[in-house]
Amino acid sequence: MNVFGDAIVWLNDPLNWQGRDGVPFLTYEHLYISGLAVLLGALVALPTALTLGHVGRGGGFTVSVTNVTRAIPILALLTVFAATAVGFGNRATIIALSVFAVPPLLTNAYVGIREVDRDVVEAARGMGMSETSILFRVELPLAVPLIAAGLRTCAVQVVATATLAALVGGGGLGKIINSGFGQQDPGQYVAGGILVALLALLTEGALALLQRQVTPGRDRARSRRSVREASDADADAAVSVS
Amino acid sequence: MASFSGANALEPAQSVRTVLAAEAPTNPWFSWDYVRDNSEQLQTALQEHVVLTVETMVIALLIAFPIAILAHRYTRLAVPALSTTGVLYTIPSLALFAVIAPFTGLRARTVLIGLVMYALLVLVRNILAGLDSVPDDVKEAAQGMGYGRARMLWRVELPVALPTIMAGVRVATVSTVALVTVGVIVGYGGLGLLIIQGFQTFYRAEIVTASVLTVALGLTLDLSLAGLTRLLTPWSRSRS
Repeated sequence: MNVFGDAIVWLNDPLNWQGRDGVPFLTYEHLYISGLAVLLGALVALPTALTLGHVGRGGGFTVSVTNVTRAIPILALLTVFAATAVGFGNRATIIALSVFAVPPLLTNAYVGIREVDRDVVEAARGMGMSETSILFRVELPLAVPLIAAGLRTCAVQVVATATLAALVGGGGLGKIINSGFGQQDPGQYVAGGILVALLALLTEGALALLQRQVTPGRDRARSRRSVREASDADADAAVSVS
Repeated sequence: MASFSGANALEPAQSVRTVLAAEAPTNPWFSWDYVRDNSEQLQTALQEHVVLTVETMVIALLIAFPIAILAHRYTRLAVPALSTTGVLYTIPSLALFAVIAPFTGLRARTVLIGLVMYALLVLVRNILAGLDSVPDDVKEAAQGMGYGRARMLWRVELPVALPTIMAGVRVATVSTVALVTVGVIVGYGGLGLLIIQGFQTFYRAEIVTASVLTVALGLTLDLSLAGLTRLLTPWSRSRS
């Protein structure tokens, strides 16, 4: 294919691997933006989900948060933040992306805590454990596999979405695609597309491994199933598109 | 930008801005003047957005149904079907548009192909889950009544699976509405074009109007589909 040939030529040009517009720096910037966004999202989502899950309320709340954020185009949110005092650039991107990091983490952590066997919680209470230690020493450890599943969904989604930042003046690998379209250089935007797709697939693979590591063998099938069930029950917790 | 016809509405405000540049920021978040003066452009963008969404959903459903029905009948196909659509789903939309654009051109169909690929995962997964959730008793009863495979699928399995299928259709529709905006990179983004245009001219009213319209479109379609589900499944109403 001619275009793929051009893309390979672009990828082989040492000039495209140097400086602040080079592939290594843009990859680093992409991961830095994504990492901070996931961290910010987790700081909001996890405490909320743990509290709501422990008291057993707010199921409807988590579902509606997920539904409403799905209807908001990320492009709109990126642009709106760029138009406020936050301004252009990576700060606006990180804030906008962290909004989208919340729903998968929130739903999975909430479902994870709720799915802990009530008998186990009752037994812990009967042994005289305080509510805080029930949450942190019983419910949280048992919910870890599902929280990891949520983290995986959330991180893959954020890495994918961070590509759009380039459309509104942000950094990351999306810049290669955006300026490729700007210069009408198919070789460049195809190369950018390949790089971004690779990064997304690698993130997915790495986090899938992590998720396996923290999921006890006998639970592997179960935790996958419960995320699916949660998602099929109209909430479609696990996924929303970039 | 030459095509920015909202400029007239801004003129008085802008002359004020040049005088009071520091004190008076006159870039409102919302302006009826903008909506009035650009109603034609807004309508065109909205129409393009709706057409792209509807076309995506129709094509995606036409592809998803055979895949899901095959995967339901031949269980060995279920894992490859779901993982293939899953990988397609992981690839960021902008990257996908970039890779297929040289072959499909800077046209609406490039956006369409991308959007269909994303809608497939949710649809195949939900149709399959719906079909798999039909209780064996129900199927045995239908078999006992002499239902063949095709009639069983059409008269028993699909109706029982309908709520789950419709849940998938709703999720996919809302996601598609949001995702159409990214199509702006190849020139077919519906309301996304106005969002980016508003960003380039730094005109907040345009950004906000287009964004609000996109969200409103998604929620309207979602509610309509919820209503349709109620109409199609009268039996589930009396139960709940």
